[in-house]
Amino acid sequence: MVAVDSQGPQDSAVRMFRRERSIPLRGSAAALCNNLSVLQLPSRNLTHFGVVHGPSAQLVSAAPEGVPLAQRQLHAKEGAGVSPPLITQVHWCVLPFRVLLVLTSHRGIQMYESDGSVMVYWHALDSGDASPGTWSGRILVFDIPAKGPNIVLSEELAGHQTPVTDIATEPAQGQDCVADMVTADDSGLLCVWRSGPEFKLLTRIPGFGVPCPSVQLWHGTVAAGYGDGQVRLYEAGTGTLHVQISAHARAICALDLAPEVGKLLSAAEDTFVHIWKLSRSPESGYTEVEHCHGECVPDTQVCGARFCDPSGSSFAVTGYDLAEILRFSSV
Amino acid sequence: MFNRKFMEELFKPQELYSKKALRTVYDRLAHASIMRLNQASMDKLYDLMTMAFKHQVLLCPRPKDVLLVTFNHLDAIKGFIQDSPAILHQVEEIFRQLTEVKCFFLLCLWQTYGGLSAGEFQLIRQTLLTFFQDLHIRVSLFLKDKVQNSNGRFVLPVSGPVPWGTEVPGLIRMFDSKGKEVKKVEFKHGGNYVTAPKEGSFELYGDRVLKLGTNMYSMNRPVETHMSGASKNLAPRTQENIAPNPLAKEELNFLARLMGGMEIKKPSGPEPGFRLNLFTTDEEEEQAALTRPEELSYEVINIQATQDQQRNEELARIMGELEVTDQPRQSASKGDDLLAMMDGL
Repeated sequence: MVAVDSQGPQDSAVRMFRRERSIPLRGSAAALCNNLSVLQLPSRNLTHFGVVHGPSAQLVSAAPEGVPLAQRQLHAKEGAGVSPPLITQVHWCVLPFRVLLVLTSHRGIQMYESDGSVMVYWHALDSGDASPGTWSGRILVFDIPAKGPNIVLSEELAGHQTPVTDIATEPAQGQDCVADMVTADDSGLLCVWRSGPEFKLLTRIPGFGVPCPSVQLWHGTVAAGYGDGQVRLYEAGTGTLHVQISAHARAICALDLAPEVGKLLSAAEDTFVHIWKLSRSPESGYTEVEHCHGECVPDTQVCGARFCDPSGSSFAVTGYDLAEILRFSSV
Repeated sequence: MFNRKFMEELFKPQELYSKKALRTVYDRLAHASIMRLNQASMDKLYDLMTMAFKHQVLLCPRPKDVLLVTFNHLDAIKGFIQDSPAILHQVEEIFRQLTEVKCFFLLCLWQTYGGLSAGEFQLIRQTLLTFFQDLHIRVSLFLKDKVQNSNGRFVLPVSGPVPWGTEVPGLIRMFDSKGKEVKKVEFKHGGNYVTAPKEGSFELYGDRVLKLGTNMYSMNRPVETHMSGASKNLAPRTQENIAPNPLAKEELNFLARLMGGMEIKKPSGPEPGFRLNLFTTDEEEEQAALTRPEELSYEVINIQATQDQQRNEELARIMGELEVTDQPRQSASKGDDLLAMMDGL
């Protein structure tokens, strides 16, 4: 059965988006994948944004209308060498009792309190290999206390042979869905895990020759974005492919999820951002996807995109060489 | 430039050059020939090269296509030599050596990069893009061809063929647990893409298909190389405030190895070469040098061998291979005597 997207009035609330005021950045965004992290703090009427520039990462907090309130720049820890290390990712990790800001570079992992004011932990990575990128594919699991700097490396997971690109987690959904973490790598391989005192590898979903830079997990469904512009949805427990979308004309750089409503955001180097609605068919129980909205950011190689609120009615975008965070919200 | 030793150094695994280091190497390459350029013209030539290469890397449909761009560069160079029978006749031996050496270079390229994965090419491309970050110099040829906007940013078209291996966007396919397709829905993706006709060749010879990296001056048109208003309307450029310490021994060691202690020939008496001016008049060239904005100055590192250095045989051979005319052999030591080698930093 073939159906054409009708552009009808269904879901009109999130169908139309308008450009909102941009948030200026001190430095342009680097051409990395997943290069935008957002921490929503609705109780404080604040949103934090994190963008990697290169040797520094920039944190900006903004009021709901996008008015920038505070700014901070963080740098990777220096070491021996000619040039300062480049930051590879900045990300807020929301844990049950606290929020940590994690900064990674090829030298190691730095963890800060959520506003970036205090570094609470530093983990150096073995620099056995001088050239960046030939990473081991190890996944490091840290035990985080509710307060303070007593962070401990508790486990190292082996599952990937090529550098890990992204990690996604969700709270365990009850007895039916045991999978609560998925990791992706440069070869396109996905590993699905169950967390616990010891992590258990449940399924491996093989790649097909292109990297998987971004992955999300929603109600036992893995959503993966690939270097050939495809978005694929798999059942986490079994690894079965349920949906295949030829979503973009260039490599996907970011995926994000609005878990409350099952909305998926995909952004790629083709200048487009798309929003999709995930659902389960009541008759068959299979995962279905519907296209909600597409936005073109002209002449911009998008490198990061995130929803800015849990209902998925607003999102933000960063682009390579762009010194601002673009914001969109639904009318 | 295709000297074997030089190429071997190039192909060693190493970090991305700093802007200063690359500009220094570029300077030396240009002056290793009989060509002479003033500072202003040199700056302009370098800007042109940088922006052209940025355009090529940015617009590569797949990260792996960066390799095809390089193949296009080399194919064009081969063409320059082959198409000049007059030069061919006069410098047959040189041509033979150059062909041999060029094949070696292509082979190195092919062997080093031919087997890399898509993920590794993605990393290479992203790393190259960090070098070009925040460069928005306007090039009149690009502006005229609507390849670049007036704000210095490149146009990213949303039409044309998709990369090889990518499907035209617009289709959602849903499957059951046995892998059977149960539903197919189209959606409006917003672009105007078509299927890729064929894949470019990664062999030593072949149709690269990709046009990026081919000679941008090959069309018959009045070529203007001046950069209109390069210093005006420049997007605020982030200063490279973490410029590598020019006295960092590691980087200087690399530069010295790379150039084999080449000397810039200071022509005295009748000049053997020619001077290239990329501006319309000498006065304009001088003016450009004086008014070049601070943040665009390249601070080239000068490395010159002093007369009483001892060079080892390896370096002497490099010098001999690089130069067309006979030169009296000198010797110098490399390595830790770098600071002694530097004149006027």
